[in-house]
Amino acid sequence: MPVIEVTELRKSYGGRPAVDGVSFAVEEGEIFGVLGPNGAGKTTTVECVEGLRVPDAGRVRVTGLDPVADHKQVTRVLGAQLQQSELQPKLTVREALELYAGFYPEPADWRPLAERLGLTPKLNSRFGKLSGGQKQRLSIALALIGDPRIVVLDELTTGLDPRARRETWQLIEDVRAGGVTVLLVTHFMEEAQRLCDRIAVIDKGRVAALDTPAGLIRRSAGATVISFTPSAPLDDDDLNALPGLASVQRKDGRVTLSGTDETVNAVITLLARTRVTAHQLRVTDATLDDAFLDLTEATA
Amino acid sequence: MTTDVLNTAVLKTEIRLFGREPGGVFWIMLFPTLLLAILGSIPSFREADPSLGGLRPVDAYVPVAVLLGLIVGGLQGMPPTIAGYRENGILRRMSTTPVRPAALLTAQMLVLGAGALLSALAALAVGRLAFGVTLPRQPLGYLLALLLALFASLALGALLSALARTTKIATAIGSTALFPAMFCAGVWLPVEAMPDVLGDVVGWTPFGAAAQALNDAAAGDWPGWTHLGVLAVWTVLLTVAAARWFRWE
Repeated sequence: MPVIEVTELRKSYGGRPAVDGVSFAVEEGEIFGVLGPNGAGKTTTVECVEGLRVPDAGRVRVTGLDPVADHKQVTRVLGAQLQQSELQPKLTVREALELYAGFYPEPADWRPLAERLGLTPKLNSRFGKLSGGQKQRLSIALALIGDPRIVVLDELTTGLDPRARRETWQLIEDVRAGGVTVLLVTHFMEEAQRLCDRIAVIDKGRVAALDTPAGLIRRSAGATVISFTPSAPLDDDDLNALPGLASVQRKDGRVTLSGTDETVNAVITLLARTRVTAHQLRVTDATLDDAFLDLTEATA
Repeated sequence: MTTDVLNTAVLKTEIRLFGREPGGVFWIMLFPTLLLAILGSIPSFREADPSLGGLRPVDAYVPVAVLLGLIVGGLQGMPPTIAGYRENGILRRMSTTPVRPAALLTAQMLVLGAGALLSALAALAVGRLAFGVTLPRQPLGYLLALLLALFASLALGALLSALARTTKIATAIGSTALFPAMFCAGVWLPVEAMPDVLGDVVGWTPFGAAAQALNDAAAGDWPGWTHLGVLAVWTVLLTVAAARWFRWE
């Protein structure tokens, strides 16, 4: 049974629809990504899940509860990390953890949580003196302190350096291994590809696609990328006639094609037939980046 | 302890944070008594003044000092803090937990209220010990007037917190409202010494009414029901307006 169900969710601001009929369901124990360009309606969607916004239409259920009508019960099963939220600058890390633990009837022990997030050396530092990464880790700790079944993380690695970002990813995997369902909002493809079991790509307030990261890549037009430097110029018509071809690019004598497995075979046949040698031939899977651009352009 | 409007962890935090703001501690808790001590050390302030009905100016300034702490607490302590909590998403973050952000408002009011009451006690004690100002002869009436004035001040603070969208605006309107409030309380000219018409007009403002009620109680009379009524009506109106316009984000 899904722990989060969003059905035909709609929300407008001043007549402009931010979310225009979004539906998805998150299963227990999965890391579910909400991916999309800036302003696509990702944050509004999760804010409806968190009960921070009242939907104009549609249905949202968190463990079967309505986040608005049953707000208090929902806050006990769902921990949230908001995109922009600060703490009182003069509060220390320890005091913030104690404060948030005091919000819940049965909080998690904050000490091991602080340890896992590498906050132990910073317990006596004031929030205002923390670096961006430390603030971010504290906000993850606070999202987990109520011992939630579901945690919603909105743009959690924005502003982190690459090392801190990788450490945070490891942490999210640990959290899930502990049985917590994760709803992850992001616009980083690498993050979504690495962490998510399934991804809903949201664009202009609608779900453009919903699949596993590999599934999203497969279903995009140019799932396979072939690049090489030909020993002699290739005829444009020959290239354009390749089966399954999605795009052709020529740059500095190098040819880059995207298409399907069928395209790969046809390119090899073409090269053999025209007796052209392909230097530095590379065949790679497209990344989620390519799939994402493809999916969000398709709905433009 | 946790209810919708009171959470001990929130209260503990607000007490801590109040203690970490030297400015707030000084202006609310020390400044009123310090002002009384400075004025009281001027010899002419310790001589009976016929325009004050035979009271010494230092006698008249004790209720003023008592009111000053709670005016500063309500108008300068609360609005910037609450507006800052809203501006920085602290209230929003809190509303995703089982605790309602209202707990933060309650804690603010309790902390500032306690600070203002301690400040009032300090002013009364210094007045009595250093300058021989008699303690209020009608203590119950005095306490009632003081509490009503405190509620009015906190309600006014809550309304300003509701109306100000940013910390900067909150600080600005809090400071702007501070001067008329202090004038009505008699900081520049004790209410007893004001010309009749001015005194009557000031009596309809919350702090003017509070000053007159405190003076009555200090002299041994039960404070006039008009003054107490004015305070109560202001408190209700300000609270309703604050509740009407308050936004968590």
